[in-house]
Amino acid sequence: MPMIEMNNVSKWYGRFQVLAECSTQVEKGEVIVVCGPSGSGKSTLIKCVNGLEPFQQGEILVNSISVGDPKTNLPKLRARVGMVFQHFELFPHMSITENLSIAQVKVLGRGKDEARERGLKLLDRVGLRAQADKFPGQLSGGQQQRVAIARALSMDPICMLFDEPTSALDPEMINEVLDVMVELAQEGMTMMVVTHEMGFARKVAHRVIFMDQGRIVEDDKKEAFFGSPRSERAQQFLSKILHH
Amino acid sequence: MSSWDWQVFCKDTIDGEVVPGCFGGAGDVTYLDWLLSAWGWTLSVSALALVVALALGSLMGILRTTPHRGLVLLGNVWTELFRNIPLLVQIFLWYHVVPTLIPPLRGVPSFILVVIGLGLFTSARISEQVRAGIQSLAGGQRMAGLAMGFTLPQTYRHVLLPMAYRIIIPPLTSESMNIIKNSSVAFAVSISELTLFALQAQEETSRGIEVYLAVTGLYFVSAFALNRAMLFVENRVRVPGMIGGGGH
Ligand SMILES: Nc1ncnc2c1ncn2[C@@H]1O[C@H](COP(=O)(O)OP(=O)(O)OP(=O)(O)O)[C@@H](O)[C@H]1O
Ligand SMILES: [Mg+2]
Repeated sequence: MPMIEMNNVSKWYGRFQVLAECSTQVEKGEVIVVCGPSGSGKSTLIKCVNGLEPFQQGEILVNSISVGDPKTNLPKLRARVGMVFQHFELFPHMSITENLSIAQVKVLGRGKDEARERGLKLLDRVGLRAQADKFPGQLSGGQQQRVAIARALSMDPICMLFDEPTSALDPEMINEVLDVMVELAQEGMTMMVVTHEMGFARKVAHRVIFMDQGRIVEDDKKEAFFGSPRSERAQQFLSKILHH
Repeated sequence: MSSWDWQVFCKDTIDGEVVPGCFGGAGDVTYLDWLLSAWGWTLSVSALALVVALALGSLMGILRTTPHRGLVLLGNVWTELFRNIPLLVQIFLWYHVVPTLIPPLRGVPSFILVVIGLGLFTSARISEQVRAGIQSLAGGQRMAGLAMGFTLPQTYRHVLLPMAYRIIIPPLTSESMNIIKNSSVAFAVSISELTLFALQAQEETSRGIEVYLAVTGLYFVSAFALNRAMLFVENRVRVPGMIGGGGH
């Protein structure tokens, strides 16, 4: 039973079709990298997985729960799906510790002390224990993104979604974030990652999805993708991002 | 200036005699007593109207940012309605028209009607500010809140509103100061507030300059004190690591 299953998902903004019959599966423990040119629908696809974006056709199951079903308790489902954004989206008016504990307390009903402990442990893990009492605005981009990953982990997610987690970072900060993600992947976290970091893909991805104009045009085992991509579009795209 | 006569405030309002100590006692009322009570009315009207305006303005502003079309429409209609009719006309509507349309409102004191009128007028303006504040956070914060498993109300409560209010403290401050100034329309329905006091006291004493200077001074002090109080609040809730109140 796959952790994430998409069957023929289509979505429109008015007349404009953003997603066209997208189907794929993510098994438990699998790491999937999603790439493709700007505007191809990567963010939209990943936001459909936890219902942040509605879709008009098809079906998405997360842990066998249907995301599109109006009867589904979306907040409950989302609480178990970690999400990391391009622009971090930490809550700026809360200290780092509060960022890590508020949802544990308000959503999962954990005690304040328990939530704080868990938060501090995760801060340790991403190497930011010393920043616990600071505010997001006082941290560098790379640090903020590591906190954002820790915040997602604080909810004990069953899988995690990343939307270009390193593309808003200065180059020297990209690796500190990728390192955390590689470690997560190696520990067996189920991950769906929109990124153009092909180094990351080569290292830990099981499969690579290539999107173009709202369609999944490649969905291959990593080896096959980097070896001989079938579509010309993917070929061009790969050569562009690999040579810089 | 030799022609000024501040003694006017020590005069009894009935017989015009100067009362020693300037405060009338036992049934006598001096102009100073009246001035202070008028100030009290001004502050009461303003404070209560501000409470009404903040509550309803926040609610309407929030509704306008929800994903529900009906609620957005309600908030929009409310805002346009109360924003586009002149304040004085609204006060008269509440005083003369609404009670004839809604009989239970007939016995309601004009003080309450003015609070409602001024409160609703200002709520439309605050609704605008609250909406703008929430929208300035863009979609990212809302998505981040929802992605953590917060319900929509929880996302507003814990994520969007704390930042939105910080961002809009400056316009809220000037709106609160406007309420004090706008409360002068209450004179039109015979509330004995500062403006009405000025009109009447100046007529009775022919001491227009002193009367208006005193009233002006009290308006100024009230608005200025409020401004300082809001600045204090703004500094207290300032987020470390951010310039100004917040925003990206
Ligand atoms: N709210 C919206 N209304 C209309 N069109 C939208 C909306 N959001 C996104 N789109 C369009 O949908 C398409 C897919 O957008 P999406 O953000 O998913 O692309 P992406 O692959 O993530 O691109 P990027 O690499 O630039 O992040 C784009 O053409 C975009 O302009
Ligand atoms: Mg995107």
